Amino acid sequence: MIGQRPNEMRTAARRVRGLGSARSGTRHFWHQRVTAAAGVPLTIAFIVIVVALTGRSHAAVVQILGSPLVAVLMLLFIVNTLYHMWIGMQEIVLDYVHDDKLKILALLGNTCFVFAVGFASAFAVLKLSFGV
Amino acid sequence: MAELEAGTTTGARRPRPLSPHLQIYRPMLTMVMSIVHRITGAGLYFGTALLAWWLLAVASGPNAYANFEWFAGSIVGQLILFGFTWALLHHALGGIRHLIWDLIYGFEPAEREMLTVATLVGSIALTIVVWIVGYLAMGGPR
Repeated sequence: MIGQRPNEMRTAARRVRGLGSARSGTRHFWHQRVTAAAGVPLTIAFIVIVVALTGRSHAAVVQILGSPLVAVLMLLFIVNTLYHMWIGMQEIVLDYVHDDKLKILALLGNTCFVFAVGFASAFAVLKLSFGV
Repeated sequence: MAELEAGTTTGARRPRPLSPHLQIYRPMLTMVMSIVHRITGAGLYFGTALLAWWLLAVASGPNAYANFEWFAGSIVGQLILFGFTWALLHHALGGIRHLIWDLIYGFEPAEREMLTVATLVGSIALTIVVWIVGYLAMGGPR
């Protein structure tokens, strides 16, 4: 075939249109499992922290959430969870939303939501931690 | 296309066979739990807005925190938080089950049923334990 690269299964037209393997198909699959495994101990830590803070005064909550160990655990939980759910929601959108415009909007919305929640949560923990 | 239509007398295209979708199958526990795993995941996704609210409220000061505590203590708030707790534990246990399956263990019929039932029973039991401990903690020093 004219224009065919050696060892290339795709046709030249396929390549120009950008369809086919991008060699990154399993990246999200793998990252979803890595963050799932990391999420187990981090979720346990999160639940313990929340239960320990239940019913305490504002001053006590500020002090405990801002202490280095608790703050680091919270930050790890936040980053790990948000990356996990970003991949997860993307998967749901790609499975169920077939209209191109809606799909792009939903994927953008997913990214925006994750960044908004992530930055708000992480910023709050950092502010408590640095005691400003 | 002409060759395809030549076989029929009317010229109308025969309906192509479709692969069976979910509603064709009798619901099985593993299948229902797989769906529940996705639903709890989506629920937790939006539930993280509450996490952001809680943390921002703590960081903002006593008044903002009092507003959050009022919501969290209301009946609606308690119901949402109880549901959030169950969804989190169910999704976590379901995730462990899927990790076990990813490692190619537990695929025998009895094993996969056992894992599935364990996820359901475990998530409900753990949710109740967490809330009992939470309520006991409320009675502790302020």
